[in-house]
Amino acid sequence: MAEENTTPTVIADDLHIVYRVNGAKTGKGSATAALSRILKRGSGDAARGVRKVHAVRGVSFVAHRGEAIGLIGSNGSGKSTLLRAIAGLLPAESGKVYTDGQPSLLGVNAALMNDLTGERNVILGGLAMGMSREEIRERYQQIVDFSGINEKGDFITLPMRTYSSGMAARLRFSIAAAKDHDVLMIDEALATGDRKFQKRSEERIRELRKEAGTVFLVSHSNKSIRDTCDRVLWLERGELRMDGPTDEVLKEYEKFTGK
Amino acid sequence: MSETTHDGTVAVTATPSPDEGLPAAQLAAKYGLAVSGARPSLVEYVRQLWGRRHFIFAFSRAKLTAQYSQAKLGQLWQVATPLLNAAVYYFIFGVILHASRGMSQDVYIPFLVTGVFVFTFTQSSIMSGVRAISSNLGLVRALHFPRASLPISFALQQLQQLLFSMIVMFVFVVGFGNLPGLSWLLILPVLLLQFLFNTGLALIVARLGAATPDLAQLMPFILRTWMYTSGVMFSINRMMEGRPEWVVRLLQVNPAAVYMDLMRFALIDDYGASNLPPHVWAIALFWAVVVFGGGFVYFWKAEERYGRG
Repeated sequence: MAEENTTPTVIADDLHIVYRVNGAKTGKGSATAALSRILKRGSGDAARGVRKVHAVRGVSFVAHRGEAIGLIGSNGSGKSTLLRAIAGLLPAESGKVYTDGQPSLLGVNAALMNDLTGERNVILGGLAMGMSREEIRERYQQIVDFSGINEKGDFITLPMRTYSSGMAARLRFSIAAAKDHDVLMIDEALATGDRKFQKRSEERIRELRKEAGTVFLVSHSNKSIRDTCDRVLWLERGELRMDGPTDEVLKEYEKFTGK
Repeated sequence: MSETTHDGTVAVTATPSPDEGLPAAQLAAKYGLAVSGARPSLVEYVRQLWGRRHFIFAFSRAKLTAQYSQAKLGQLWQVATPLLNAAVYYFIFGVILHASRGMSQDVYIPFLVTGVFVFTFTQSSIMSGVRAISSNLGLVRALHFPRASLPISFALQQLQQLLFSMIVMFVFVVGFGNLPGLSWLLILPVLLLQFLFNTGLALIVARLGAATPDLAQLMPFILRTWMYTSGVMFSINRMMEGRPEWVVRLLQVNPAAVYMDLMRFALIDDYGASNLPPHVWAIALFWAVVVFGGGFVYFWKAEERYGRG
């Protein structure tokens, strides 16, 4: 493990992320408010009622090959935003993120269509993640078996809108977890499905971890962080409050949250 | 197992110093790390896009199928919708308004149907292009792919939609006595050029719509104005009789009019070359190449900014 830790895979350098929200300043969505905003155009963001949300403030860290890093912090502390910035999906306001290869968020929810059959969604989701048709064909059966969708009959040929929320979540996870990633980021994906499926997915994440260079996990469950990660970043109000081995950071975090 | 820095101490600091004391940029350069989310070069972008061609195609097919999946008649609507459209336009412009202006019914009805479908192809490519990024933010923020995949995919969806409409179109054209001939082969280059033109426009409005989603509200009005000046329901030549030549020419080089007239020329026997402006193929090619090329570069220039909160 020691020599693996020397190769950095992700470097965040004084990273700032700012969201701009249109028309949130007056708190009213009325037509006159919108009109006066447009008339004030050109006099800067603040005057036009564009509100800035500074979600990540100056975060720096270096992640290495073979590490599994947990991200913790209260709701709205910037965890998911940070992940998206690492993945290059959200442009940074200032600062930079350097990565080895293409980091990918685990999740294909957005690419799937409820009106299509599970079968076609497996193919569509795979393609959206950048798999080739051959790769998908090879793994198709694996994905379906893993999701357990067909355990209660031939559901994979039915549209996804007919699935229970648990079934849909399981299929989504199975599709997302079918691909190997250089830098893998998981956003609370563990908490889906029934107990049996959770166990199976934790196992799959451990497998992915072995294949992936580096894993980031966002979770509110201290248990799953403890089980999966050996290093933890604690974010609070967009700032990096602590960075260290899981046990130490979690101890402080539990003190902070009053557990 | 615990994470250690190189001097062997456990790092439990609020702001960890970069490893080995190197500044981040140098450390990144040393290990060959690249800036995440940077815009690729134009050549690299085209290569990435080509790598995603299966996704682009599957996405457009999926959107097309999903459209009617809740309806009882299902995919039959792919053909029924354009058929009803043509019927409504015929009723209003053919029966009530007599917009045929001396064209015989045998020419006017296929003329109208062809015009409506060909214009709808451009119109709906633009409408879905405006929303291509802004209504797929979830996708843009979750997955990595060249963003141009989305507008291209939507334009491709409209092309497939048009192919269904063309079944109806052929029925009308043949039904009014225009038998398939060699000139029908011209359909292919016309479709290709119009598709390129539409895709270029979709790329342009996708970037505009991503920055200003309000454009989606405005677009229908612009498009309707465009439709009424393009000669969808009337022949520009006949309508403008007696007007100065340059006015007629100006209306005729309008890309929508060019593609419509070429398609009519290909399909309808009695719609001869006299209805076309001079150098019509050059104009058609010009619009396709310039708008597609320009649109593609324009879209690519903002690649790293799509999906901003």
